[in-house]
Amino acid sequence: MMNKSEKTAILEAAGAPAEIEGRSLWRDARIRLFRNKAAVGSMIILGIITLLAIFAPLLSPYAYDQIDWGYIQEGPNWENGHIFGTDGNGRDLFIRVLYGARVSLAVGLLATSVSLAIGVTYGAVAGYFGGKVDNIMMRFVDVLYSLPFMFFVIMLMVVFGRNIFLIFVALGAVEWLTMARIVRGQTLSLRRREFIEAAHATGVSNFKIIFRHIIPNVLGPVIVYMTLTIPQVILTESFLSFLGLGVQEPLTSWGVLISEGAKVIEASTWMLIFPALFLALTLFCFNFIGDGLRDALDPKDR
Amino acid sequence: MLSYAIRRLLIAIPTLFIVITVAFFMMRIAPGGPFDQERALPPEIEKNIKAAYDLDKPLIEQYAIYIGKLFQGDFGPSIKIRDFSVAELIMAGAPASMQLGLSAIAIALIFGVGFGTYAALRQNSAVDFAVMGVAMIGIAIPNFVMAPLLSLVFGLYLSILPTAGWGDGEIQYKILPIIALALPQIAYIARLTRGSMVEVLHSNYIRTARAKGLRETLVVNRHAIKGALLPVVSYLGPATAAVMTGSVVIESIFGVPGIGTYFIKAALNRDYPLVMGVVIVYAVMIIMLNFLVDMVYGLLDPKLKSR
Amino acid sequence: MTTNHILTVENLTARFQTPDGEVAAVNNVNFHLDPGETLGVVGESGSGKTQLFMSIMGLLAKNGTSSGSVRYKDSEILNLPARELNKIRGVSMSMIFQDPMTSLNPYLKISKQMTEVLVEHRGMSEAEALKRAIAMLDRVGIPGAAQRVHMYPHEFSGGMRQRVMIAMALLCDPEVLIADEPTTALDVTVQAQILDLLRDLQKDFNTATVMITHDLGVVAGLCDRVMVMYGGRVVETGSVRDIYYDSHHPYTEGLLKSMPRIDHANEESLFAIPGQPPNLQNLPTGCAYQERCGYVMDRCCAERPVLKVFDQGRASACFREDGQ
Repeated sequence: MMNKSEKTAILEAAGAPAEIEGRSLWRDARIRLFRNKAAVGSMIILGIITLLAIFAPLLSPYAYDQIDWGYIQEGPNWENGHIFGTDGNGRDLFIRVLYGARVSLAVGLLATSVSLAIGVTYGAVAGYFGGKVDNIMMRFVDVLYSLPFMFFVIMLMVVFGRNIFLIFVALGAVEWLTMARIVRGQTLSLRRREFIEAAHATGVSNFKIIFRHIIPNVLGPVIVYMTLTIPQVILTESFLSFLGLGVQEPLTSWGVLISEGAKVIEASTWMLIFPALFLALTLFCFNFIGDGLRDALDPKDR
Repeated sequence: MLSYAIRRLLIAIPTLFIVITVAFFMMRIAPGGPFDQERALPPEIEKNIKAAYDLDKPLIEQYAIYIGKLFQGDFGPSIKIRDFSVAELIMAGAPASMQLGLSAIAIALIFGVGFGTYAALRQNSAVDFAVMGVAMIGIAIPNFVMAPLLSLVFGLYLSILPTAGWGDGEIQYKILPIIALALPQIAYIARLTRGSMVEVLHSNYIRTARAKGLRETLVVNRHAIKGALLPVVSYLGPATAAVMTGSVVIESIFGVPGIGTYFIKAALNRDYPLVMGVVIVYAVMIIMLNFLVDMVYGLLDPKLKSR
Repeated sequence: MTTNHILTVENLTARFQTPDGEVAAVNNVNFHLDPGETLGVVGESGSGKTQLFMSIMGLLAKNGTSSGSVRYKDSEILNLPARELNKIRGVSMSMIFQDPMTSLNPYLKISKQMTEVLVEHRGMSEAEALKRAIAMLDRVGIPGAAQRVHMYPHEFSGGMRQRVMIAMALLCDPEVLIADEPTTALDVTVQAQILDLLRDLQKDFNTATVMITHDLGVVAGLCDRVMVMYGGRVVETGSVRDIYYDSHHPYTEGLLKSMPRIDHANEESLFAIPGQPPNLQNLPTGCAYQERCGYVMDRCCAERPVLKVFDQGRASACFREDGQ
């Protein structure tokens, strides 16, 4: 009768694993994410919209501010190339929607990056130092959190004019609060882990620890929140533009187009439908991807 | 409970002061505003503004006077709408806005919690996905898109409701604006309730309730609901803020004579005192409401109640 | 055909649907429980001991299905609709759980959580039910029961919460009490108190008790019979004495050897069963214990040993029974 170690050797030689292989967190998350049909579909659609936005000038015979005098405020027409119709000034709606996509996506990404930069740093510092520093910093966040930011942004727009750069900063400044809270929570729990203590013990400066060790490890929830912030920002920018307080001519965004469309909704429904469709679709996709990411990184029995 | 209340108050009060101070300084930096040396305003308005803002006094004194006036409800004169003070304009618009806002929140709560619970009890079924899918639409489609669409469908195509206007405040003019305001919140609250209810239904204490042989209705209505609704109560603060923000757009689209409409006009006309006044009023309301919601939450959560 | 067993379980299997496939957490389990006796169910995490009783009580998660037969006295109760099962749960069969922190509803007062059992099952009025509840809290050793009953769970300590759970479970004088690791989450000194309480109550109320645990020490003081589980199946059964002094299955032996003992303090190192508990989704052919067994033979890797009775009330699932 053979003993155990001989048994194991034979099993291993035969190719049977001696023990079950562990799977890394990211690989697991990636598998779960790609199983989520809604999320995958959304990524594809967003990819298409992004490509359309990037290659906009190549996709239409018309420029976005070009007036077609013979075809003012008319519906979709495949023959003359106005596939989404034209607006009240005779400008092709298709290319304007795509240019609107450029603005909306750009604002979304840039403003979110601003909020990311501020929020992550703020949260990591607060969570890392803990104690009084954390307390004061978070009280400040609490105070800011209860403010009705939309009104302040509007106030900013009124006072300083409608500068697209200002829009980025204003929107980013509004969204960083929740990011800071999330990062601070994660940092607090990370702080007690051994590898942080080890880094500390070997004399790595606090600054370096925060940037090299803590921030890479809070990436999970940060990414989820980012994907959910982008649609918020796009929505806010559209809201401002709808009110007439957003981007200025000659730039256009979906909010502006929707605003123009809403005014003539009975006569020229296409002017509302197309930009609204693109906006809604984009927001949907980001939300689905965000939901999918959240489930992938932290699965519960949904 | 008392210490909790005091802590929330300690946050509410500085917030209030930040809002007022920011508004104060914004006014003074604004180009083309009442404090701009290059201003070109009609002489009567100039006189009013000088009187209202005591421009010859030192800044600190101006600030003190400003705060004093605020507490008395004096926001100064509107610089674009002659003969009316900001306070008067806000009071004129308040009733309509209040009606719309409160109704919208009430509807959002009733339908949101209802749908959310319905979906949670049938988790992962077709009904669940359908309800959550529709809710997703409500969240993703902005209210300034939804409002014109509602107006189009119910006002024009089906002709059962007026497309816009306020008439004498009869109810048919209120229905569409209230629905438009409520829809995104119904969606959000439904998703929140469903998620929270699902989580509660998987908790250990619900397992205990079932092990005790209680009927399912008791398990849900007595044991699950309380825990599941706490996040919804928390959300009431941001929900009200969202409704207020939304009202700005909805009132414009439907021609409702509320504070929101004045706000938009003021923003586009650069009527700074009016803009400032509305922002302060809204901010104060939101801060007070958040405080109230915090209190309610404290009363509902036993762990906070006994502290 | 009448039986004097209060609970008879035959061929009980509980399967779970997971993204990686189907898993049988409980696999073909057979046992019975007699009135007034205390049965210990011993095993590691993953042995299926908890899911076995979740299945019996109809508390399996949504992705789980049970098959087989569970008879309470003479009626079949497995897979009964909740409406029917609720006539038994909390009344004739009660269960208490491992974690008293999360097993009580934090948003309801203890009084409500207790009286509702009596109001619902016995039709008592709130006032009557409250009196009974206070009496029971007293019985389980909660000081100042009449005041404490109106408090919330977070105002009690862990040990007291577990006492409350026990009181709640016994309110309707059930014939069966299933205790799923009731002391695992508690401090050692509190553990001893709770076990004493359970033994005391068992004598007074004569409830048939199932004690689910991974700790053989708990079993020794409390149980009449023991059932050892591994990999979702029963691997050995016997009286407490038999299991302790004459265990047959290698796993039981391993469990006994790994209990730290004061009288063996001079030994070099603590014994631990080598290897890991089996991955239920990837069970080897043959005996689930083969990779950790000191007596493993060729046959063990090819064929699965079934639970064989080798003496009155004694059974073991090991091929050594054949040899010896």
